[in-house]
Amino acid sequence: MRCIKCGEKAIMELPRHNSAFCKPDYLEYFETQVERVIRRRRTFNRDDRILIGVSGGKDSLSLWHVLARMGYKTAGLHIHLGIGEYSSLSYEKTLRFSEQHGLTLFTVDLAGKYGMNVTELSRTLRRAPCSGCGLSKRYILNREAYERGFDALATGHNLDDETATLLGNILHWQIGHLARQSPVLPSTGEKLIKRVKPLYTLTERETAAYALLHGIDYILEECPNAWKAKSLLYKDALARIEAESPGAKQRFLTQFLEAAQARLQVGADDYVLRDCVRCGQPTTAELCAFCRMWQQATERAEKRKRYRETASGREMPTLQERF
Amino acid sequence: MKVIIRNPKRREIEVEGRRQVRDLLRELDLNPESVLVIRDGNMLTRDDTVEAGDTIEILSAISGG
Ligand code: SF4
Ligand SMILES: [Zn+2]
Ligand SMILES: [Zn+2]
Repeated sequence: MRCIKCGEKAIMELPRHNSAFCKPDYLEYFETQVERVIRRRRTFNRDDRILIGVSGGKDSLSLWHVLARMGYKTAGLHIHLGIGEYSSLSYEKTLRFSEQHGLTLFTVDLAGKYGMNVTELSRTLRRAPCSGCGLSKRYILNREAYERGFDALATGHNLDDETATLLGNILHWQIGHLARQSPVLPSTGEKLIKRVKPLYTLTERETAAYALLHGIDYILEECPNAWKAKSLLYKDALARIEAESPGAKQRFLTQFLEAAQARLQVGADDYVLRDCVRCGQPTTAELCAFCRMWQQATERAEKRKRYRETASGREMPTLQERF
Repeated sequence: MKVIIRNPKRREIEVEGRRQVRDLLRELDLNPESVLVIRDGNMLTRDDTVEAGDTIEILSAISGG
């Protein structure tokens, strides 16, 4: 196979674009895609300060790499989730990347700052780890971006992530989620930072190739909880469709964004944002979802502790506590 | 040739005979849209030929969560 640009031997074929590229032309293709998203979707400007959520995986590291290369003002934020070996390795890869490229990295340790890691949170709440994990990531990214004065928040979500989410939202007819699923979520309040996904037109295979060609050392291991999430199933289904009809994933997403979504917007915007009474972050309720989750987790942990103390005969619950 | 599948679980297999990457992937039941195939640090396309003596690495590009 030959590069469609220069005729040299190709190293990467893209059936969905009916093309193949040599190394330099592939890297140029990748940057052009990102540039186009930034320009067309007005994600951010040259002087904006961009905070990137970095997990240590191929997508977030490639995103950080490409934006830094293009001269944008970036810093990374890594959230230490406390999911065993996986989290330690994620942090190591992220730290090494930031050091190698001389980029600023902020870190938030979930357990250190809020009291429990993802595993403990999931056990205490008796909920799937991904629910507390996802909520924590969204909350912490916004809060840190706001408190540190960033203009935009960028994440490494790619075409496969976005189409898998779209399929999931459709399978469950999550109209509210569908109305808000977008590569650019503008800020709708002073404390709500604009969220952008500059890699949403590129597939996972394409971001992996970018990382590989630039020698980016990313984490190959999966989060041990990933199999519990439905996204792998949706990705697999979409990959099969894509193999039979190249370009299907991209059409699924762009036609949704361009044609279908506008019809869902009615009523989706008429909720009022206010400050959470506990943490001050934007929410539609009195207490934000993140604070509600921690309140519940703390209550349960205390109840359990009291129960254990009682069982070991150290302390008896009062009558009021028992009834 | 030696085929090393790197992730999600690392495994190594021995494959006999010269063939195209697309056929190798089909035999291993891997979707070409989900993987990168590497020989000596270079990425291969589906029509490239692999043969005895090669060490081929297959990298899954799919991540969950
Ligand atoms: S798979 Fe679930 S628990 Fe693991 S990082 Fe992703 S959201 Fe968190
Ligand atoms: Zn070329
Ligand atoms: Zn709150």
